[in-house]
Amino acid sequence: MTYLPYIAAAWLVAVGLYGVVTSRNLVHAVICIVVLQASSSLLLIGLGARRNGVAPVFVDVTPRAPAVDPLVQAMMLTDIVVEATVMALLLALAIQAYKATGTLDPDELRAVRG
Amino acid sequence: MSHGLRMLLFACGAAAVLLLLVGAAVQLPPVGAHVTEYGQELNRLAYDERHTTDAVTAVNFDLRGFDTLGEELILFAAVTGVALLLRRQSREREEEHEQARDRDVPGSSDAVRALTLASVLPLVVFGLQLITHGHLTPGGGFQGGVVLATTPLVVFLAGHLGMFHRISPHWLVSAGESLGAGGFAVAGFAGLAAGATYLANVLPLGTTGELASAGLIPVLNVLTGLAVASGFVSLMHSFLEETLELRDRSDRS
Repeated sequence: MTYLPYIAAAWLVAVGLYGVVTSRNLVHAVICIVVLQASSSLLLIGLGARRNGVAPVFVDVTPRAPAVDPLVQAMMLTDIVVEATVMALLLALAIQAYKATGTLDPDELRAVRG
Repeated sequence: MSHGLRMLLFACGAAAVLLLLVGAAVQLPPVGAHVTEYGQELNRLAYDERHTTDAVTAVNFDLRGFDTLGEELILFAAVTGVALLLRRQSREREEEHEQARDRDVPGSSDAVRALTLASVLPLVVFGLQLITHGHLTPGGGFQGGVVLATTPLVVFLAGHLGMFHRISPHWLVSAGESLGAGGFAVAGFAGLAAGATYLANVLPLGTTGELASAGLIPVLNVLTGLAVASGFVSLMHSFLEETLELRDRSDRS
């Protein structure tokens, strides 16, 4: 339990990479990239955690209470929203690839036709 | 390189990387044992010097505001990229119908329509609350903007594409996005004008816990919420255009 977030993040990296490498469909590859992003978020949150720490919101808790690191949470929340739009960009590329060539298989799309 | 050879190469590389990662992970301090001094200092700064109760928003828009400007420009660029990629090509411009000529689209059921239209007002209010109270409770421009952006989508689910276009016209979405992203960059100059650094918090800080406190942070929250909401609605515009049935110019007989 002491190293679980780190090992889970490493496993997610492995699974995401495996998905991207063996993918036969561009949409599936995009979703595997989302899994990779989830792994980095998990690692960051695990690094910023603190035993018996509260959330870094001091509305009803005194600011002297031991709170977790707010920097990694701030980085993670902007990353998730930005990731959603970058995934939209990748999916738009997939749509255009399908319209141009009629297939979504990355192996068949490997040859660039002018 | 054949498929099998590629898989073998990937397996070797992945095994090595996984071993390295797990080996490095168990040498880190256990989760929760190490207290980061920078994090504790940020918590203290956010409460004492910036008068916010939400340290995460203070880090996002004040203590590390320049990074958030970069993230927002990434979002802007991605939305622009999607609009560029999915623009209407000249050969597709001919005829577009939302449904096939001689088929009757059933339309949404009464349950879907009731549920979605009943949720429009709570979504708008909740989104606005998240955006404006970002410096008090967990929330902020990014989260509230995404919640606001689901409102036109929910209306689209209840009705049809024409309704979606009517409540979020293109000029409004473009204006919102440009105002949000550009406004963030320009609001940073208020710091330079007051003699401090770019994006410094130079507005009056007020009392902690009030809505009108924390200086420049609520302003940046509102601008970011506007940019994120407009960006997501613009994405939906681009993708929903694809659902229209298009007739290629070549198959006009």
